[in-house]
Amino acid sequence: MKTSRLWEIILVMLLVTVMGGFGASTSGFLDIYNLSDSTFNFSEKALIALPMALIIIAGEIDISVAAIIALCSVMMGLSKNAGAGPLTITLVGMVAGAACGALNGVLVTRFALPSIVVTIGTLSLYRGAALVILGDGAVTGYPDALITLGNGYVGDLVGVPEFQLPLEFLIFLIAAGAFGIVLHTTVWGRRIFAIGANPVAARFSGIAVDRYRVVLFVVIGVMAGLASVLLTGRIGSTRPNIAMGWELDAITMVILGGVNINGGSGTLPGVVLAIFVLGMFTFGLQMANVPGIVMSMILGGLMILSMIVPILIQRAQQRRRRAQPVVVGA
Amino acid sequence: MNMKLIFLRHRETLLAIIVVILALLVGMRAPVFLTAGNLLDVLNDSSILAILVMGQMVVLLTKGIDLSVASSLALTGMFCAVLGKAFPWLNGPGLILIALVFGALLGALNGLLITLFDLPAIVVTLGTMSAYRGAIFLLSKGAWMNEQDIHPAIKSLPRFELFGLPGLLWFAIATLLLGAWFFRYRRTGREMYALGGNLNAAAYIGVPIRRRLMQVYAISGALAGLAGLLWVGRYSIAFTELASGYELTVIAACVIGGVSTAGGIGTVTGAILGVLFAGVINGALPVVHISPFWQQAISGAVILVAVVVNARSERRLGKQILPPKAAMRSEQGEHA
Repeated sequence: MKTSRLWEIILVMLLVTVMGGFGASTSGFLDIYNLSDSTFNFSEKALIALPMALIIIAGEIDISVAAIIALCSVMMGLSKNAGAGPLTITLVGMVAGAACGALNGVLVTRFALPSIVVTIGTLSLYRGAALVILGDGAVTGYPDALITLGNGYVGDLVGVPEFQLPLEFLIFLIAAGAFGIVLHTTVWGRRIFAIGANPVAARFSGIAVDRYRVVLFVVIGVMAGLASVLLTGRIGSTRPNIAMGWELDAITMVILGGVNINGGSGTLPGVVLAIFVLGMFTFGLQMANVPGIVMSMILGGLMILSMIVPILIQRAQQRRRRAQPVVVGA
Repeated sequence: MNMKLIFLRHRETLLAIIVVILALLVGMRAPVFLTAGNLLDVLNDSSILAILVMGQMVVLLTKGIDLSVASSLALTGMFCAVLGKAFPWLNGPGLILIALVFGALLGALNGLLITLFDLPAIVVTLGTMSAYRGAIFLLSKGAWMNEQDIHPAIKSLPRFELFGLPGLLWFAIATLLLGAWFFRYRRTGREMYALGGNLNAAAYIGVPIRRRLMQVYAISGALAGLAGLLWVGRYSIAFTELASGYELTVIAACVIGGVSTAGGIGTVTGAILGVLFAGVINGALPVVHISPFWQQAISGAVILVAVVVNARSERRLGKQILPPKAAMRSEQGEHA
């Protein structure tokens, strides 16, 4: 069995354990309305985890995503203050994200810099720009359409109030499907794997490696912009410190999903499963009144553990293979 | 190698000139900046950063990265504060020892995870960054340690005066001198360069890779621990979010000082200049009445400029197979 398939099965079992464990210990956890509301907690992070998976598979990383979310939100705030309507505000957010991502991509490819250093730099730059523009102020009073986008349910829009699926979650599901199709069924997806496995070999086999990298950084920028639109709508305000530390959460989702941090392998279903495992886990801990900082401590440990376990499995397999006698000519 | 050294020397003079010009420019707008008292303040404010930069530099030299320094700093600071409150008979040297050992243990855990499972340092330290941060909360139960809770010995460590200079500065000077000696004259120190320059070559010449990596992270942790003790003493406060996000400032100072994240390149002088650069900027902003909110954006921009400049020069070196004749002649001239 392929290791990635095995990992997905482990994640499913983990999800069942988490759901079962909290379902048994916390009354009301498995209530369907409760569960559907719990998706508000992780939908925006999940939206940036999807492109993050692609970028890590391609052998790069983007530490600046959370800062991009903050800067996008500030830009949206400025456009709102200038009297823009909900559509323009949304567009401003996404374009700002694309621009931030493009700057990352250009710096990484044009100067052949490691993406981790570049995005640590742009993290300070984007978050700093958000701070410079807003200071200790805040923007509030966003139009109702944006608030609905962040807080609304699909059922209320189509006139079936029983269908309590959050709009945010629907957007995430659509995005997850799209990213999965691109990664696993198209030539683009195969090339992303090839670039991550060996960028030099990929270049020699005619893949425009740098162009792919730039596009991936722009894509994660746009998705950060989208996440920013949803987050800003959901909380109805902009502060320069929103989405602080989310890059860690998104990377944790990706790594727990079985994506190799060195690039070249991983599956999108794995990442989606990891998003659910982490989402349900955090939600259960929240219902059990565990403080946020302890939660992030547990998540940090979980991320390291999720890297160690596949390595231990791999080593055990190798040992077993070595122990078996080699049959010559079989 | 010679070419590289000449370039580095050149780079460091350049950085030194930039720092001086920057200080003079600020002094022109606000003469108070250039008074001895204020310059001493700037140095004092940069001392903790200098200690942390030494630790981060060791890690970066070996192609690693330690994102958990700020959390290790805060956890050790809180640990010492709690210990100091519980055992009032503890003295300064004892607390320093505790901070160094406790920090080294935190660092060694990073090193163990990295070497035992061949995991990338960035992800491991990203994980321990939040793990250690959470541990502070568990240790302190979320409470703050205020002025009156903190052991007088901790408070006096950064404040005692020797030859007119504050204790904090002495700790930084001692760390930097020790670092310079270690990287220049100790076999272990040289091996850390070798290990980052070319891992396979280092393994072939018999460098014990795993042990060196363990040492590297333990050193980084120990220095973070010392910095934590001093931080708590200096500001007389310990809480969960202490120094949150400071790891980026530390890495920025290293990168500005010419320590390459690709491993094997960097000097103590460069690192000091990186710290001074950050110190001058931070000290200058309030003096020239620029909102402190600019600080992060400026340091981000400076990191980017520094890495772009570094990358260009490194690439030029990488492509050059034989030095041009003119350069060779001048080099020989220099040796003669």
